[in-house]
Amino acid sequence: MNATQPILSARGLVKRYGRVTALDQADFDLYPGEILAVIGDNGAGKSSLIKALSGAVSPDEGEIRLDGKPIHFRSPMDARAAGIETVYQNLALSPALSIADNMFLGREIRKPGVLGSVFRMLDRPAMERTAREKLSELGLMTIQNISQAVETLSGGQRQGVAVARAAAFGSKVIIMDEPTAALGVKESRRVLDLIQDVKARGMPIVLISHNMPHVFEVADRIHIHRLGRRLAVIKPSDYSMSDAVALMTGAMKPPADVLAA
Amino acid sequence: MTQPTPASSPSQDFERVLPASPAEVASFEGHGKTFLQRAREFLHGNPAAVPLIVLLASLVIFGLLVGSKFFSAFALTLILQQVAITGIVAAAQTLVILTAGIDLSVGAIMVLSSVVMGQFTFRYGLPPELSILCGFAVGALCGFINGFLVAYVRLPAFIVTLGMWQVILATNFLYSANETIRAQEISANAPILQFFGENFRLGGAVFTYGVIVFVALVLALWYVLNHTAWGRHVYAIGDDEQAAELSGVRVKPILVSVYVLSGLICALAGWAMIGRLGSVSPTAGQFANIESITAVVIGGISLFGGRGSILGTMFGALIVGVFALGLRLWGTDPQWTYLMIGLLIIAAVAIDQWIRKAAA
Repeated sequence: MNATQPILSARGLVKRYGRVTALDQADFDLYPGEILAVIGDNGAGKSSLIKALSGAVSPDEGEIRLDGKPIHFRSPMDARAAGIETVYQNLALSPALSIADNMFLGREIRKPGVLGSVFRMLDRPAMERTAREKLSELGLMTIQNISQAVETLSGGQRQGVAVARAAAFGSKVIIMDEPTAALGVKESRRVLDLIQDVKARGMPIVLISHNMPHVFEVADRIHIHRLGRRLAVIKPSDYSMSDAVALMTGAMKPPADVLAA
Repeated sequence: MTQPTPASSPSQDFERVLPASPAEVASFEGHGKTFLQRAREFLHGNPAAVPLIVLLASLVIFGLLVGSKFFSAFALTLILQQVAITGIVAAAQTLVILTAGIDLSVGAIMVLSSVVMGQFTFRYGLPPELSILCGFAVGALCGFINGFLVAYVRLPAFIVTLGMWQVILATNFLYSANETIRAQEISANAPILQFFGENFRLGGAVFTYGVIVFVALVLALWYVLNHTAWGRHVYAIGDDEQAAELSGVRVKPILVSVYVLSGLICALAGWAMIGRLGSVSPTAGQFANIESITAVVIGGISLFGGRGSILGTMFGALIVGVFALGLRLWGTDPQWTYLMIGLLIIAAVAIDQWIRKAAA
């Protein structure tokens, strides 16, 4: 299907929760520079797939490869260290902390010299400068005060901070879980623009969404998840939204050319 | 603010009107804000302000009611001496409560540590300096057990520390055989155990080293909580543990470190208590856990975690001290103190709830 090697791939992932099988021999491929949308019905196992890729759960069986090398994430931190950043649906921001503190949570910058090495003092000016730069790059400088608490921001602004954090630190892959689900029309448009901006810088993106117009607008390829496994991968130019929904819900059998193993 | 040129073209027809819509941020500044709303936002940003205001107000009121007997350097520094031990324990309690936990075993850890410091010196003949280190080690161990059970076994902090309170207190009585080490013996053989009871004078003001260490500890913790990554992580865990975990905070090790540090600070309080009492008594400090929670709550630290300043805890401890001494000098029944403290606790929590609405 594609000559280049996938940057992130998975083969035969299995995840069981008690008697429920959430992932049943699921496969996954993300190629460099593309936006791959992942769609699927409720309970199809999208979330489990994404959690396995982002390190939030470890699969019972199967293999995940990043840049062709097998990897085993034991926590989201492992995945982040490997260059995979995730924007979670609940955003994973600490409301009482400032925007800069949130962006650097878990990878703070310390002051140079004795202040940093002995007194462990944070370099707030450096962190705030970087946070401001990253937000400006993504056209999010409608935020006046970088040291204001995240809880004082609107939903769209919080989404922007979470996306900016992922874009700032993700070196290989960015995963976004329902980034437009909680947003209004205008904010959704803003986030879609953000996604395009991030892609324009060469970063591959995995986009999980239920919003078909958004998926068809930005995705290069669409991964359709059904009953715990990858059913098909389609190009949005070849199929209609109703075809995608029909495939996803089982109303249509996938044509042979897109059928995944 | 200008709208960035859209990188994507609207795919849906109803979105075509977007470029024509106003692009500046909705702003509500400057109008429609009452004085109360502004006050609430100020207090939301400065969580130690309420206890500071209450502390200053109560100083003024008791100064007017009681006069120079209360408003003297001697009486004011006496308050500091009286709250130093509660204040040190409350600093430990603050750390735990900031992570949305609670530590009911702080008083028991304090007493056990002081007993270990005393008994190791007098029963086994260890040098007192070494015994003090052993006391700190016992405090850290108790804190580690609490932290391990909370972070890794995932038991509720309330239950873990309720159990450990009993376990540590019983250990304390069994080990010490209910035996008190008398003050004369300590000052003759191991005066370093009473170090924090020694004082120096500046005019009419009397400062013990216990007071100095209390204030220094609070300032050091304020720095750590606000200007180090560890401190920010403590707040993030109390705010939203799952979000903290997902955004890269190593929640479990940090929770353990919080409880261990709390245990160490309790051991410090145990050492300071020997200085204040002169003797080592296994029955001392019975109410330290309740008093520490009182100081924390009056200090404006949210019991739900993630909010408040440790400076507030210091002010909270001082407020209790001001009421206790002020009412006594005024000549009221001591029960009035408890009544007032009880009302203050309820008022403090009510104010916390009100301030939290500023965020919504």
